[in-house]
Amino acid sequence: MRGVRVLVGTHKGGFVLTSDAKREKWQVDGPFFAGFDIYHMKGSPVNPDRIYASQSSGWFGQQVQRSDDGGKTWQPVDNKFTYDGVPGTHQWYDGTPHPWEFKRVWHLEPSLTDGDTVFAGVEDAAMFKSTDGGKSWHELSGLRGHGTGPRWAPGAGGMCLHTILIDPKNPQRMFIAISAAGAFRTDDGGATWKPITKGLHSGFLPEPTAEVGHCVHRIAFHRSNPDTLFMQKHWDVMRSDNAGDQWHEVSGNLPTDFGFVIDVHAHEPETVYVIPITSDSEHYVHEGKLRVYRSKSGGNEWEPLTKGLPQQNCYVNVLRDAMAVDTLDDCGVYFGTTGGQVYVSPDGGDTWRAIVEHLPSVLSVEVQTLS
Amino acid sequence: MIRVVLPAPLYRMAGIEGAGELAFDVAAPVTQRTVLDAVEARYPMLRGAIRDHDTKKRRPFIRFYACEDDLSFAELDDPLPAEVVDGREPYLVIGAIAGG
Repeated sequence: MRGVRVLVGTHKGGFVLTSDAKREKWQVDGPFFAGFDIYHMKGSPVNPDRIYASQSSGWFGQQVQRSDDGGKTWQPVDNKFTYDGVPGTHQWYDGTPHPWEFKRVWHLEPSLTDGDTVFAGVEDAAMFKSTDGGKSWHELSGLRGHGTGPRWAPGAGGMCLHTILIDPKNPQRMFIAISAAGAFRTDDGGATWKPITKGLHSGFLPEPTAEVGHCVHRIAFHRSNPDTLFMQKHWDVMRSDNAGDQWHEVSGNLPTDFGFVIDVHAHEPETVYVIPITSDSEHYVHEGKLRVYRSKSGGNEWEPLTKGLPQQNCYVNVLRDAMAVDTLDDCGVYFGTTGGQVYVSPDGGDTWRAIVEHLPSVLSVEVQTLS
Repeated sequence: MIRVVLPAPLYRMAGIEGAGELAFDVAAPVTQRTVLDAVEARYPMLRGAIRDHDTKKRRPFIRFYACEDDLSFAELDDPLPAEVVDGREPYLVIGAIAGG
């Protein structure tokens, strides 16, 4: 029977939500790793029973957990993330050099073709790879070796590598994003990287169109058309049609173009979703209304989606890794809030309902479509 | 036997039922380093959770106590008090009280 498994990382544990394809009745399992920050959970496209989870704690550091039975049981794998060579320095908040220090794993991206290969995006920003199911990690140091590292700086949430997109048509090509360094692309499996920031404009930078320093919040693409990228930047929703070589703004009629999440419909490459957030100093939805905005034209023209979502006195945020889509015939869209709600739309955004309403603050949402 | 008490989250992380004391045979010299080595040898998932993998430096929000003394800033290779060595007192790994 087809169904979905939603993987929810929260500030106090991980949760697994399962349903059949109707997406009406849900089983809620968890919390797993109770009391710990679960920054991200994601399943392998090759082996859906294999799920990786990033467990983080300010007291006790990083753990990486792995399940091989669809999230029922877990075992820790390697948690040693050692930068390659002399780590060097990046910019601190005050502009002074600051040594690179590993803090946590923000994002785990399993390979599209090999169940034992998984990539990790970490803070302080770097990319790691495991080819043994997480039992050991090594840095893809060409990213930090690009030469611009000393000019990277942390955003308010830390200097995190939070987005990893693997090109389904060309596994040698990957896209990553870092707050606040920008976006980068590799065309050789991670050996070398180039900034892909032309067309970005960030008013907080001394040089607003600089090669690095942009606070990119999230990038998404449609699997059928990975050269077309959509970006939610600190401010501005952006689009590129040449794999990031050039960007242009598609914020259009959004009520505010600040936000964190962005995602693309599973079957409609030009249908894009964002959730506008009031501003960089007011991290909650605009006008007290929880509205997902959908563009069916690849940006610029946006419509608010509100049916089933609170439209008054709502002041939650939706963090960068907290939106996902399933691949059922009627594409499901999911997101989680800092208020602990996880919402599903089983009809591409037309209507919404809460799966759960009182979880800890949600850090990430991923969904697996099960056959 | 050396008695060791860990913060409750580390018992969960290590899959240890309950939150009582742990006991370890530690060969002389009994120091903070050799005791922590024994803890990590039995529970390898705790490597990196109490101290850095490579430098063995204590994590910032972890403290070490024994016999009502704060040993957090003592040398890792100094001998532990006789009361810990002969099992009369436990060696305490403490998670800092933080967060209100």
